[in-house]
Amino acid sequence: MGSGGGGYEKDLNLEATELRLGLPGTTSSTAATDQEPEARHARNNKRSLVDRCEEEASKDASRALQKDHDSAPSSKAQIVGWPPIRSYRKNSLQATKTETETSLTGIYVKVSMDGAPYLRKIDLNVYKGYSDLLKALENMFKFTIGDYSEREGYKGSEFAPTYEDKDGDWMLVGDVPWEMFMTSCKRLRIMRGSEARGLGCAV
Amino acid sequence: MDPSKSRDSAESTRVIQFPNDVLERILSLIDSHRDRSAVSLVSKAWYNAERWTRRHVFIGNCYAVSPQIVARRFPNIRSVTLKGKPRFSDFNLVPPNWGAEVHAWLAVFADQYPLLEELRLKRMTVTDESLKFLARKFQKFRALSLLSCDGFSTNGLEAIATDCRHLTELDIQENGIDDISGNWLSCFPENFTSLEVLNFASLSSDVNFDALERLVSQCKSLKILKVNKNITLEQLQRLLVRAPQLTELGTGSFLQELTAHQYEELERAFIGCKNLHALSGSWEATTLYLPVLYPACTNLTFLNLSYAALPSEELAKLVAHCPHLQRLWVLDTIEDVGLQAVASNCPLLEELRVFPADPYDQDINRGVTESGFLAVSLGCRKLHYVLYFCRQMTNAAVARIVQNCPGFTHFRLCIMKPGQPDYVTNEPMDEGFGAVVKTCTNLRRLGVSGLLTDLTFEYIGRYAKNLETLSVAFAGGSDRGMQCILDGCPKLRKLEIRDSPFGNGALLSGLEKYESMRSLWMSACKVTLNGCKMLARQRPRLNVEVMKDEDMDDGQSYKVYVYRTVAGPRTDAPSFVHTL
Repeated sequence: MGSGGGGYEKDLNLEATELRLGLPGTTSSTAATDQEPEARHARNNKRSLVDRCEEEASKDASRALQKDHDSAPSSKAQIVGWPPIRSYRKNSLQATKTETETSLTGIYVKVSMDGAPYLRKIDLNVYKGYSDLLKALENMFKFTIGDYSEREGYKGSEFAPTYEDKDGDWMLVGDVPWEMFMTSCKRLRIMRGSEARGLGCAV
Repeated sequence: MDPSKSRDSAESTRVIQFPNDVLERILSLIDSHRDRSAVSLVSKAWYNAERWTRRHVFIGNCYAVSPQIVARRFPNIRSVTLKGKPRFSDFNLVPPNWGAEVHAWLAVFADQYPLLEELRLKRMTVTDESLKFLARKFQKFRALSLLSCDGFSTNGLEAIATDCRHLTELDIQENGIDDISGNWLSCFPENFTSLEVLNFASLSSDVNFDALERLVSQCKSLKILKVNKNITLEQLQRLLVRAPQLTELGTGSFLQELTAHQYEELERAFIGCKNLHALSGSWEATTLYLPVLYPACTNLTFLNLSYAALPSEELAKLVAHCPHLQRLWVLDTIEDVGLQAVASNCPLLEELRVFPADPYDQDINRGVTESGFLAVSLGCRKLHYVLYFCRQMTNAAVARIVQNCPGFTHFRLCIMKPGQPDYVTNEPMDEGFGAVVKTCTNLRRLGVSGLLTDLTFEYIGRYAKNLETLSVAFAGGSDRGMQCILDGCPKLRKLEIRDSPFGNGALLSGLEKYESMRSLWMSACKVTLNGCKMLARQRPRLNVEVMKDEDMDDGQSYKVYVYRTVAGPRTDAPSFVHTL
């Protein structure tokens, strides 16, 4: 009986009722080698970054805070400082991911054409650049846009593609780099007639 | 009389009577700080001659010595390199406001080295006030390099640009900088001509392009130019035609829509850069215009694509034009196929770093594997420096890799899931790393990962006789592992360990070792406060610093940072750092 004390205690399953510090399901001393990797680092009593985030989110009931954190699914625990990548690189990867993610959801803008009975809507993301976009507009509204030059705008047609930017100003399509255009364009308007020719005229 | 004995004694007399000014002339030709350290140990005369002629001082741990001690020993310093925080601070393991502030150093330098010309800082805290102080107090200041530093903003850079009349180098890399505006670039005086190195690739705010263009036109000695993402291709073309003498270029974004004419002009601009040997940039995967670079790639020795998520086809086409490539940094978006292209096209490759594009998503199966690494080892026999992030590895592959390239000096393998075994055999990665240390006798730096038992550390202790730096994470089985390292690696200087089951026994087994090392870091291990106290008591010439580990729930875990010092305990330690 005496020497089999360990067996007796095991039967009582004292471990289950033992009070101790540490996360549930963890033990303090086990050899690392015969454990699954996940269990091992869970046993370190380590609070993952996501665990802490979830705790804080439930504390202030602010879901928005949680969204700002890692884009990885919250079911996967993230360890502080792992993999070992510098903050600068980490943030820059995050920024590129967010950029690609917004681009995946689409940048829809309304397109109106002077004289047309109804407006259309297009996704700017679909187009690789200005030439792509203008070709699509030509097809959509059955007209021809002239040739673009920085000096004279669109020559050779009575149409001019314009857009309303973030400041509320009406700009000629094509002046700024494509990426900048994509982020600042709120709506498109294909101007026609004398109004169109007025744009791009040097005084 | 033994003829060799008499010759020796005659020679030793000759050394002592060597005229000082001749000795100083000769010693001033020695640059390497390690050589100079050796020189200073020969004799008192040589120690003095060395200290008078030293122009550049390298301080690997800012708390190992004080600025006063440095100034007392070396009266004629013109250039300082200072490193501060422990390396794991790069990965958020060191709380903010830990220290390593440069200001105390600048204050002493302003007094003792008013002619200071160069300052290179790594992992130091630098404030805008410090930058303003630097710009004001050092009239001959020429070169500033900040890597992985924090505490300052672009306002501080304004002071540098405005007041440093002889600035030749401004190198801002990967810092925790408060990027308020790009106005600093416009602060260079109108007639400024001295710049040779300008690197602002890591800053995101817009700079005034006209000011940049003027700067580049006027600085005829500009050799290194690395611009940020906001500089368009069209703007890049204008810069390149004004600086065809560039040897290193960091481009902006490659996303602009170019007309055929603009494309031709850009291509011509790159053809004009005949001296380019290093290229970098933040490119997008969808870039169409990489071919403009091809003519400039013939002489490339360093290609840094670690911020460019290129797919394998684009990379393959690019490296086909880089036959002389020696160093390549990439993202794992290039996959094994991309690495195979590297192996086929770059036989002179010596250094490869593969960073993860998606480090936190454990579900995905993309990136590089053991095949890519193996392919490179077959095609690039001169390979000696690798940093490799991957999601799977095998012992067999690692063994073959080092068989192909036994000359490894730096082997840093990061299997991204902690404690992951050989994915084919399910065994620990012990034998793989064992092969590394057995085969690569010149190994100086090792980063281990994956599932590792004490056996790995037995191997390292037994075979890695030239090892200087070792990084350990989520590895080992017991104190014995760390003990093997401390007992076995005679040249060990830096040991950093996290999340490994090494406790007080292991910590104390290094009693004889720590004074010959630069530093030891342990976090989320099994050391206790008592163990650290014991170490501190027995080794008063070490600083044993502990911080409560906030990432651990049990309230008993400590982060320990141990380092040798001649400056005594820190006087600027924040409340959460306790020197025992």
